[in-house]
Amino acid sequence: MNARNIYDLLLQPFKPWLTGHDFEAIDPWIEVGGEGLPEIARFLRDQDELAFDMLHCVTAVDYFEPDEKKAAKVQWQPYLELIYHLSSTKRRHRLVLKVKLPRWKDDRPGELPEVPSVSGVWSTADWHEREVFDLMGVRFLGHPDPRRILCPEDWEGHPLRKDYQMPTEYHGIQTR
Amino acid sequence: MQAERAQSDTVEFDVRTDEMLINMGPQHPSTHGVLRVVLRTDGEVVSEVTPHIGYLHRSAEKIAEKLTVRQYLPYTDRLDYLAAMNMNLGWALTVEKLLGRRVSEKTRHLRVIIAELNRIASHLVAAGCFGLDLGSFTPFMWTFREREKIVDLFEEICGARLTYSYLLPGGVTAGPPDGWFGRCEAFLDQFDPVIDELHALLTSNAIFIKRTADVGVLPPEMAIDYGCTGPVLRASGVDWDLRRDGEPICTEMYDGYTWQVIAPTGGRYPDDHPYPPVPPEAVVGDSWHRFFVRMLEVVQSMYLIRQGIEKYSADDGELDKPIKIKEKLPKGEAYLETEAPKGQMGFMIVGDGSAVPWRVRIRSSSFCNISPLPELCRGVLIADMPAILASLDIVLGEIDR
Amino acid sequence: MAELLISISIPDWLAHTIAALVQCGLLLAIALCSAAVGIWLERKVSARIQDRLGPTRVGGKFGWLQPPADGLKLICKEDIIPAAADHILFRIAPYVCFCATFCVFLALPFANGWVAVELNAGAFFLLAVAGLEIFGVILGGYASGSKWSLYGAMREAAQVVSYEIPLGLCVVVVVILTGTMNLVEIGNQQAGWFFNWHIFHDPFTFVVFWVYVTCAVASSNRAPFDLPEAESELVAGFLTEYSGFRWVFFFMGEYASMFVVSGLGALLFLGGWNGPIPIASLLGLTPDGGDVFGWIGNLLGMCNFIAKAFAGMTFMIWLRWTLPRLRIDQVITTCLKYCVPIVSAMLAGVMLWSFFLPGGLILHVRSRYVAQPPSAVQSRAESSITAEGGCATRNTMDIR
Repeated sequence: MNARNIYDLLLQPFKPWLTGHDFEAIDPWIEVGGEGLPEIARFLRDQDELAFDMLHCVTAVDYFEPDEKKAAKVQWQPYLELIYHLSSTKRRHRLVLKVKLPRWKDDRPGELPEVPSVSGVWSTADWHEREVFDLMGVRFLGHPDPRRILCPEDWEGHPLRKDYQMPTEYHGIQTR
Repeated sequence: MQAERAQSDTVEFDVRTDEMLINMGPQHPSTHGVLRVVLRTDGEVVSEVTPHIGYLHRSAEKIAEKLTVRQYLPYTDRLDYLAAMNMNLGWALTVEKLLGRRVSEKTRHLRVIIAELNRIASHLVAAGCFGLDLGSFTPFMWTFREREKIVDLFEEICGARLTYSYLLPGGVTAGPPDGWFGRCEAFLDQFDPVIDELHALLTSNAIFIKRTADVGVLPPEMAIDYGCTGPVLRASGVDWDLRRDGEPICTEMYDGYTWQVIAPTGGRYPDDHPYPPVPPEAVVGDSWHRFFVRMLEVVQSMYLIRQGIEKYSADDGELDKPIKIKEKLPKGEAYLETEAPKGQMGFMIVGDGSAVPWRVRIRSSSFCNISPLPELCRGVLIADMPAILASLDIVLGEIDR
Repeated sequence: MAELLISISIPDWLAHTIAALVQCGLLLAIALCSAAVGIWLERKVSARIQDRLGPTRVGGKFGWLQPPADGLKLICKEDIIPAAADHILFRIAPYVCFCATFCVFLALPFANGWVAVELNAGAFFLLAVAGLEIFGVILGGYASGSKWSLYGAMREAAQVVSYEIPLGLCVVVVVILTGTMNLVEIGNQQAGWFFNWHIFHDPFTFVVFWVYVTCAVASSNRAPFDLPEAESELVAGFLTEYSGFRWVFFFMGEYASMFVVSGLGALLFLGGWNGPIPIASLLGLTPDGGDVFGWIGNLLGMCNFIAKAFAGMTFMIWLRWTLPRLRIDQVITTCLKYCVPIVSAMLAGVMLWSFFLPGGLILHVRSRYVAQPPSAVQSRAESSITAEGGCATRNTMDIR
């Protein structure tokens, strides 16, 4: 089943949450609204003809250009994009789900954007969402264990954000 | 009656023991690197396990945002350093997917040979370390002796022994030297009987079976739920291998090859193999099956290599040259998972029209394979911890990236 | 020796002290040499099993000077005592461990009458003192102030204490057969051809021998029973916090106790210093032919004994480098569910056997053709002690 068919299936129950799609991309994707994510995820997993039982990867891309000159050239407004790579071991098809998020919640710098967690649907999401939180700074609501995973617990900032500044010192250790 | 109960309470209180928290790692002989696992133990029984990772975090994804895709290749070696060729291949295929390229037939066969050789090397380390973690040192030396021969072959072909950087996006800089395939076949010929020795030493050893059978059982649903892949998933009875079920760019590589996916679906292995039978104690998805699947995969890889050598020699095409160092990437993103020895290794490249990727994501197999550890280790004995960890076959370079 | 010193008018107390010191020195040399050879053997045998060469350079050929070189290196190491450790106990533990093993050598006969102290309860003494070794391990594990060490110590306690039972029963089987606890006498009763050995006495003793092997491996903490120092689970178990010279003491203790259990096995089941073919007595190298002949015969016997002990050690090394480690529950199961019932049944079997066919099957049939006066045994033991120049101190303990 290709992305277009899946989109058609999703259209019926979740029309207001489907905010975009691209079936011609290298990896066809469907964009959904964050608030509807858990329901859509559960639907994708449980519906027999979809059966997306495996979540491969959760990641985020920061669309933000720190360089002012370059920033003037890009077409997009800064935003964060969450990407979920799914596949089905039964039906042998793949899908990419995307969720668009603001870089900061309510545009207040320092306030992390929020999105519901799908760790209740796929356990893979547990650690991957922790990693996204750690490195990209996205808060996953309803996550069972929202701690940092790769960086130390007391690390400040989210290193994979484009405007991240490496601290010069960590516990008295020179870092650059 | 009241008094009696009070008395028994007192007795129980007297013999009650406290739980103890123990740090296993980051400096511990059997955590395969710098993994730290906090064990909550009651005597010898482990009641809770909390893995802490990140001690080897080297910001691999951030570094990728500063380098072109070809410059980044050496960094992929450092992910799963026991299967660096497969990491190179995964990266190369992802770049090719983004660029929309395909390599020539000859390059394809060379890639199969190299990738499968490295798969054997990686599985050998897994088998040897499994023995080591169960307290048997000899298999480790034997498997490393064999791995050494593969590493020698790789050294001939690319000059490096651990971090090869050989399978570049688009092709290879130089083909194998003269006589290399002959030596490769000679290795396979002498390796055949060694597999039997390893089976004799571990697979059918009564103590080995006692230590691994029915230990750390990972049911198929749970394995899929946690995103476990590779031998770990297949040992749970899920017939899933990206070399056969993956995206076209992966499966095309193996077009024309005959081989089997090793998975004990329904408790039975697909092939009439000459190796020891499944012991009655073993349950599909336990540590023993995870070990056995790897051992049988080694044999399949050998078939693939022999076929690859034949096809490579018969092909009179040319080897492709790699892409330019500053090759521009198109706008768009490509995500590709390939079947690395330890599971599905995924790379995602987001291109923005320049030579440097906007974002690179590395989805590592060990990262997912180790995540069910708390579930697997609930209520086991301390001695089972290393056994389960070894059966998952993790590499910390890949987990922490 | 004390008599000799007294005879040249040295005071009684001084003579005895000097004699004791000299004898202790000799025994210490034996204990250390057995440990050193054991370490070298371990390195070479493990290397061969693993397709390596092992040490080849130290001391010229075969790396025979490797153990002293190892020792020298270890002595030069920094002696670390963790801050959390109980300092006094931490220091005492290695000595307790080594001394216990060393004391066992006191009662271990190397040839007919060549024993430091000939005890008529030698087997009993040997078991009792060898069991003391675990105190050192438990002390060390407890005093290290490390959780891994504590685990090692607790495992040691659980394992060794439970294996003392079948081990003791194995010895009891032989004691019942021979009717004595005197190790010299037990050895002498197996004199003659190899079918006089207790292992071939009857089918029951043959089984008991293998139970003894299991228990001996377990009680000297060798793989597959090396749980107290299981390096892949407990880092190094009770040894985790030890370094340098203290670690050497534990290590020596381990190898010396390997030698002891192998030697005891040889003594109880494999004829002790009696070779498979009684060359010595066929050539007339017995005390009956004179002191010098007896001495040479004993020397041959000692070579026999040491060869058997090292064969036992080699077997243990072979096991270690071949088998994976058992889990603690499997170790205890092996002991309580297999070893103890088997050896108990065999004990009953041996009792019935020696009641109906005293002297064993082969010996029973053979004794019709070749008659051996059993009274010769005792006198031979007596004479050899005196032949040695009073090297052995007479014991006064008599529990019979």
